[in-house]
Amino acid sequence: MTTESPSPIKARHPAADAIAMFFKNIPAVVALIVLTAIILAGIFGPIFYAADPYDMVWAPFSPPGEEGFIFGTDYLGRDLFAGILHGARVSLLVGLSAAAMTVFIGVTIGALAGFFQGWVEEVLMRITEFFQVLPTLLFSMVIVALFGASLPVITLAIGLVSWPAVARITRAEFLSIRQLEYVTASRASGMKPFGLMFSIILPNAAPPIIVQTALMVGSAILFEAGLSFLGLTDPNVVSWGQIIGSNRPYILDAGYTVTLPGVAIFITVLCLSLIGDGLNDALNPKLRQR
Amino acid sequence: MIQRVANAALLLIAVLVLNFTMMHLAPGDIADTISQSMGGADATVMQQIRAEYGLDQPFLFQLKTYITKVLHFDLGYSYFYNQPVTTLILEKLPATLLLVISAQLLALVLGILMGVYAARNRNGFFSFLVTLFALLGYSAPVFWTGILLLIAFSLKIQWFPVAGMVDVTISGGFFTRALDIAHHLFLPMITLASIFIALYSRLCRASVMEVLGTDYVRTAKAKGLPERSVVYKHALRNALAPVVTLAGLQFSAVVSGAVLVETVFSWPGLGSLALQSIIARDTPTILGILFFSALVVIVGNLLTDIVLRMLDPRIASKG
Amino acid sequence: MNDSFRSQNKPALLKVQNLTIELTTRLGTAPVIDDVSFELHEGETLCFVGESGCGKSMTALALMGLLPEKVSRIASGSIEFNGVDVTQASADFLNQLRGNELSMIFQEPMTSLNPVFTVGEQIAEVLRHHQGVDKSTGVKLATQLLDQVKIPEAHRRVHSFPHELSGGQRQRVMIAMALACQPKLLIADEPTTALDVTVQAQIFDLLDELQKEHNTAIMLITHDMGVVAEMAERMVVMYAGRKIEEGPVDEVLQQPAHPYTRGLIACVPHLQAFMHEERVPLLEVPGVVPSLNQFGGNQCLFADRCDQVNERCLNNRPENKYTNQRSVACWYPTAEGVFL
Repeated sequence: MTTESPSPIKARHPAADAIAMFFKNIPAVVALIVLTAIILAGIFGPIFYAADPYDMVWAPFSPPGEEGFIFGTDYLGRDLFAGILHGARVSLLVGLSAAAMTVFIGVTIGALAGFFQGWVEEVLMRITEFFQVLPTLLFSMVIVALFGASLPVITLAIGLVSWPAVARITRAEFLSIRQLEYVTASRASGMKPFGLMFSIILPNAAPPIIVQTALMVGSAILFEAGLSFLGLTDPNVVSWGQIIGSNRPYILDAGYTVTLPGVAIFITVLCLSLIGDGLNDALNPKLRQR
Repeated sequence: MIQRVANAALLLIAVLVLNFTMMHLAPGDIADTISQSMGGADATVMQQIRAEYGLDQPFLFQLKTYITKVLHFDLGYSYFYNQPVTTLILEKLPATLLLVISAQLLALVLGILMGVYAARNRNGFFSFLVTLFALLGYSAPVFWTGILLLIAFSLKIQWFPVAGMVDVTISGGFFTRALDIAHHLFLPMITLASIFIALYSRLCRASVMEVLGTDYVRTAKAKGLPERSVVYKHALRNALAPVVTLAGLQFSAVVSGAVLVETVFSWPGLGSLALQSIIARDTPTILGILFFSALVVIVGNLLTDIVLRMLDPRIASKG
Repeated sequence: MNDSFRSQNKPALLKVQNLTIELTTRLGTAPVIDDVSFELHEGETLCFVGESGCGKSMTALALMGLLPEKVSRIASGSIEFNGVDVTQASADFLNQLRGNELSMIFQEPMTSLNPVFTVGEQIAEVLRHHQGVDKSTGVKLATQLLDQVKIPEAHRRVHSFPHELSGGQRQRVMIAMALACQPKLLIADEPTTALDVTVQAQIFDLLDELQKEHNTAIMLITHDMGVVAEMAERMVVMYAGRKIEEGPVDEVLQQPAHPYTRGLIACVPHLQAFMHEERVPLLEVPGVVPSLNQFGGNQCLFADRCDQVNERCLNNRPENKYTNQRSVACWYPTAEGVFL
């Protein structure tokens, strides 16, 4: 009764280890490929598929496939495929920039609270708590309503209401890491607080923040879709949620006009969730032991 | 507990300050709104209106007046609806509360049941389904789910009404009317719950799995208790705490989701009102709704706290 | 092969024969309990000794039928309790046994009690389940049991939650729970490791007293030779999943046959003089326990740390040698005159 001897393990950089681990996760890799395809379609699609999403090109409510319009036309006879391609740009752009903003605010506040503790933490966590009490969508609706429906305001509104989750995670990580020996050692060697925060603690707190970032992009896309579904978006810009919102009265005649853009949102967010899961497995050393 | 209530009151006042500041920062004021509805007004009239509403007073003084008014349940007057905002909101609040509470309860009950089942049969097909459903539920935009359900179950197969909360053609006693409301409520409730069923079942599965590995569950098994009792008595009560905590944190998301679901199903609640007043640029109503929805979330959080205390005596003893 | 050597007129309460338990880890599958046999009689105290990771706790969990599912399994052998092989028993039968005739107290009193129920409820639950007493009788009996394990103000403490008690008190509650149905066999897995030294002595005194009162057999798992000397009549020394020595405590301590046993005893100098007012935990035998992937090899697993190792030890697994009271698994046992 002997056991297999383990294959010799080469010492590797932990990031390389995590990347290798991530690429073993088949759903996550598939999701990454699909998402890349969606991003490329959003960037280059409108160049190769020249149809204007605002133009009436054919009779309204032509079902998909008819007359070469693979997704058909909407209630104004506009090319739905062109709309979805153009919409990808807006959805992804707003999603990414709002997520970047969310992470920036969240990490800054969480890091300051977790690092300095005391009254700084008390004040910052109260602010975080305050923002968690406001229903996110309603709050951003109010912001958009008061300050105008333009993409920058929408991005700002999403970022401003979504950061508390990131702040909480960052703070928790900072609280546990700042007590570890290597932080004490760096502190003892005379490192300045901000150096300690950003060059020592932050890299070690990064894994859960990275995972959360992937999820945040997904939720920002959902958020933007919700706002534009309600009509609270720049009326001159096509986005997935806006297509669904504007075609909603006609679902009985042309269900595909809401189904297809919804599928686009769904697949994009699903890919981001799967990638988030894959990152979580790859970056969480506790799970890796199993 | 008293401290929690005080904290909640403080949060509410903070919401008011934010409300007021936003109203100030936003371009245009009440005078503009009124003059618009009058079809334009000259500078003297504008001045009069501003004086009447105290808009020429210093910011902090106005803030104090505003807070005092709100504490007397006066959230201002809606020029669009020609009604006090409080009246307007109280009229719509029950519909939203019904939707939010029923969806949250349904999500909790189903989420917990699915999570426990998946944790007990962790490599089974159902466990896989729970994981899959969690991913799908989280990724689908809630208004889209709602529209699909509406197409399927109200338009194609006509099981449920297309819109609204009551059928005015139905008359009858309390029971008949309650049944009618339940009939209207079903699809919006399922739609709103779908996101949260996904979240709760996933967390509950993880939580039960973790608790099943603890020492006290081993002790319960060592006592010779049957598996049912080990899982539902000893493990579940402990595993519920994180799920309830998450549910508490989700209250604001449930209210947000309700705005979208109400719009899809024309549910006559605060969400529909919010959208209409935003389109009508009816600022007092919008801010009043924000205040009330924050109140709903705060009360929801306090309820969560109470439930957590009942679940875990360690929290209660910490005071 | 039955290598139990002890014969008494009465059949043994517990009879473990050729037990092998396999554990599956990332590195592969290893026998963490490798062909272990022993017996335990009514009212007797048997000590299991060895460093951590040598399979003591696994043996205990196997007896209780509580091996961690999916990662471990009983590969071969039998565990007969009261004449019934528990490895073949149904889940229902095991549930009738556990907490009733066979109970266990664990190493970690801090985490072994359910934090959300009162200690009274947790004790009464056992009585309700096994003896069918009603709710109020359960609480009454739980109070009596708390009194028996010397918890002050039992009538008040019965309504306390675990977090309101100290570690020593929690372990007393665990003992009360384990003894509620007057079991025939109590398995105590390092019951005092997590506790203060002064509390340790009290817990052992309590176990001793309760054993005398109810004639309970105790299987005590420990790495503390001082505890062995004080508590047990017989001892089994485990190393890397194997039983390497067994015998009456006083004989083994005076004339250890296996070099590992000798090392263990040497770590506690005062033991040789048989003074045990003060307990000192095991210090160190040079070297470390072999890693799991070496378990099960056809060699003496102690060879790496042994000063008398030779070719034979590295190529052949030592067989168990017996005398009337003792056994040892070593090619070159050192207790002269005992194993020759």
